[in-house]
This record gives sequence, C-alpha cells and structure tokens, in this order.
Amino acid sequence: MNYSIAFRTIVTKEIFRFIRIWPQTLLPPAITTALYFLIFGKLIGDRIGAINGASYMDYIVPGIILMSVISHSYANVVSSFYSTKFQRNIEELLVAPVPNWIILCGYVSGGIIRGLLVGFVVALISLLFADIVVKDMFIALSIMFLTATLFSLAGFINAVLAESFDDISIIPNFILTPLSYLGGVFYSVKMLPDIWQNISLGNPILYMINAFRYGLIGVTDVDIQLAYIMTVGFILALTLISLFLLYKGIGIKN
Amino acid sequence: MNALSIRNLKKIYNNGFEALSGIDLEVEPGDFFALLGPNGAGKSTTIGIISSLVNESSGSVSIFGHDLKTERSLAKSCLGLVPQEVNFNQFDTVKSIVFNQAGYYGLPRKLALQRTEHCLKQMDLWDKRDTVSRRLSGGMKRRVMIARAMVHAPKLLILDEPTAGVDIEIRRSMWKMMQEVNQEGTTIILTTHYLEEAESLCRNIAIIDQGRIVENTDMTSLLARLHVDHFVLDLAEPLAQAPIISGYKIERIAAKVLDVAVPKEIGLNFLFSQLSAQNITVVSLKNKSNRLEQLFMNLIDAKPAGNI
Repeated sequence: MNYSIAFRTIVTKEIFRFIRIWPQTLLPPAITTALYFLIFGKLIGDRIGAINGASYMDYIVPGIILMSVISHSYANVVSSFYSTKFQRNIEELLVAPVPNWIILCGYVSGGIIRGLLVGFVVALISLLFADIVVKDMFIALSIMFLTATLFSLAGFINAVLAESFDDISIIPNFILTPLSYLGGVFYSVKMLPDIWQNISLGNPILYMINAFRYGLIGVTDVDIQLAYIMTVGFILALTLISLFLLYKGIGIKN
Repeated sequence: MNALSIRNLKKIYNNGFEALSGIDLEVEPGDFFALLGPNGAGKSTTIGIISSLVNESSGSVSIFGHDLKTERSLAKSCLGLVPQEVNFNQFDTVKSIVFNQAGYYGLPRKLALQRTEHCLKQMDLWDKRDTVSRRLSGGMKRRVMIARAMVHAPKLLILDEPTAGVDIEIRRSMWKMMQEVNQEGTTIILTTHYLEEAESLCRNIAIIDQGRIVENTDMTSLLARLHVDHFVLDLAEPLAQAPIISGYKIERIAAKVLDVAVPKEIGLNFLFSQLSAQNITVVSLKNKSNRLEQLFMNLIDAKPAGNI
C-alpha cells in the first residue's frame, strides 16, 4: 500500500478546496491586514514612535503576519475537517486503508500550506508599508512553519471534538484571537506592569510572535531557544492527542 | 478462505445498548449475500464494524483471510462500501469523488484515472463526470457511491440499502448493475428492506434480529420451508363473495380478483377442479412475490419457519 498517494490526495484536495473559495480564504486577510498596517502602523504608529529601537510599523509587521498564519492555519483545518465529519465523507477515509497518521498529516499539511500562503500574502502587503530587512531568515521561516503546524493541529483537535458549527467558532473567537492580541502583536510586554508581564509569559503565542519578530527585525521580549522548545513541545503534545483521538475514533466513529 | 468471516462479534454502545450479541457469519467468495433484519436489528452496526466505521466491543472480522485488527490495511483493501446515506462531498464533481477515493486506496494517478473512467461508464455516469454532485438526482447519487466503492476493484462489496428511495425503473437498472458486478467475480453483501430485491438477487441469506443471527442459509432452502404459496387469480366473471373450498384460504380482493393461499401438500389441481365445479372461470394467475416477506416476519417474530 502506497501511503504517499493517499497523503498527496488529501493534501491536493485540501489545497483545491481553499483555492476554490479564495474570496473567503485568501482575500480577506489581505484586506484586513492592509487596514491594520494603514491604521495602526501608519496613522497611529507615526505618533507612537519606536519600540525597542524599531519603528512602530516595523514592530507590528511580524505580529500581524504571524497572527494571520495562526488564524488561517487553524481555520483551514477546523472548518475542513469538521465539514468532512458533518457531511460524513470522513467515512471515505475511514473505510480506506489510510492510517490515522496519514489522515492527520494530510489535513495538517493543508492547514500549514494555507497558513504559510496567507502569511506570504500578508508579508507582501507589508512591503507596501514597511521596509524590512530580514535579520534571520531561518528563524523567521522555521517559526512561521512551526506556528502553522501547531495551530493546524489545534484546529484538527477542535474539529474532531466539535459537535456543531458553534463549537468550531468558540475557540477561535474566545481563546485564539484574545491570546493573539495579548501576545504582543501591537506592543512589547515590557511596556506592561510587572504582574501583567508575568501573566503574559504564560501565553504561548507571545513566544512565537517574539521569535518571529526576532527573525524579521531582530527585536524580542523572550528567549528564542525557549520559544522553540515551547512550540515544538506543544506540537508534540497536540500530535499525540490528535492520534489518540483518531485511534479511539472519538468524535468520528459511532 | 471465505470472503467474510465474523466470529463472536459483540458490540455494546456507551449507553449500554447491546447491538450485537456475539454473531458468527461466513460469506463465501463470489456470493451474492443478503443480510436482512428489521430496523435496529444490528445490520448497520455489523456493516459499520466490517467497514471500520464502528469499533467492535469484542470478536473478530476477517476479509479474504485478512484480520481486520492485525492486517488492517490488507483487509480494508479488499472491501468497498456503499453506505445507506449519501456521504460524499456535495460540492465535489462526480469524477473527483471517485478519483480521490482511488487515491485513498493508493492507486497511482494513471490507473486511478482509468479505473474512474471504467466505473463511471459502468454506472452510466461518464456524461456527468464534471457535474457538481449536489446537482445529481437521488438515483445518480447512489450510482456515484457504487462507482466510488468499486474504483479500487474490491473483492468484497457491501451495499447498504442501495436502492432505498429510488423509483422502480432505477431500482431495476441498479439490480442489473449489481448482478453484472457479481458476475465479474465480486462478492456482494446486500442489505435491503425490499425483500423482493433480496429474493431476486441473492443466493444466500442471513437474518439478524435483536443482535443475533436468527437464520443463515441459502435462499432456496429458506423459501422451500414455505408451506404455503400465494396466488392471485383473475376471473372471467365477477363474484359477489369469495368461494369456500376446503383446504384453501380464499380472499376476494376485487370483484374479479381472488387471493388464494395454496398449501403445497394440496396443490393447484384440486383448486381448479373445485372452481370449475362452481362455474368459476380463471383467466390468469400469478404468484405473489411476498414469499420471503412471510418468512422474514415469522423469523423475526421467533416462530419456527416450518410452521409457516
């Protein structure tokens, strides 16, 4: 049995799915982030001045790019896999000799690809507003990739456990978005009082945004090694949880 | 080596409901096998376990000698499933639904395209290959599911009520397709609520009720247990009431139509002689196709078939 064909089939299907509906998947982040750059970066940013030695526009670009990667990699997997469950065409995969890890890799890869694609679209738009010279391309790309992986996995778990369409919007709206905004997209945590600084350090998104910011403009509030350890640690944990859910058939088998 | 071998299969759902109480079942290669039972009897659970959509509580299933637990991939490769309800992505085209399924089974692209074309042509759907599936009629959607299930050329095809809700013309054409697939060597397991369908198509039969196999035999032997045949007689002249003839149960269902239950030990000759004696002319007669239905009702009512 050639599992690579099954894997390619799932990934290709996923890519066609989000490209087919590009006005819903690729266009909105381009418009939204252009507005962020214009309003927060240009109009308000000019009055704020530099943060940690970087202009406010340069400072917010990495966070906005990574926020887009987070929300779209998550959204891709959660909506696609939940729809597959809802329409019961998950049965096409369950009946076939496709191992659970291929199902997981296929859907997560779809999420990663959309997350990265949106990230690059947003990065291109940012070039209209900021003149960024990338400090460390490896760190920037690897953190972007790992973040997309992590949130694709999170989206997968959400989709597996969801029992209604409401369930797939609760986590993005009430957990993911607040954590992203409070993860230092628009400000440095060093600007916060000590107690809020300490609380913010419990937010995993803070580490990813700061590591990515370091890769792009060389500015960070956290230790880069710690950021890698946390991100990879979360990826491993969520991978194991996803495989366990698939093995048990929780949420997908009767 | 049987196409399907089920040993002591049990399923108890989380709410404590025992759907299967340890069933055993054997299906031979090349068979056209009927799995019948009333709603909630355990048919869907059995099919769900065979096709890996439901986790069993205990017992074993092997498909063409491959155990579903220890040789999962090989066992699944032998199986194709046509589910009861439409379960493909309604936004995909007919061709992509079938082609993608070939990919899940690991068929290389060229072979997958060939098999997709073959199956869609066999199901008379090639002209609809680029149609978005939600625009298809109910009968076409069912044929898409059959094409999808056959794209990897499975040795065992399970059809879970494939003709439910389709009109008689489409049903007949689907019967023909199923027979062709079976004649090409594919073992078929059919569940249906149309007992006439099972009687026409299947060689062997199992009846499941309350999670237990209550009958498992060949169709001929099962029908042979029927001691009474029902005939409908068309008469030349109208009758005001049904004639009374000893040994027969006669019902007047219209002025010129009688329904007669004929015990096999008495036969038809005596009936005709008695009708002639009463100056009743029979123009034509036909056998009522409800024989299996009678047996089915008796079996699930736990009455011995010999008393039918």
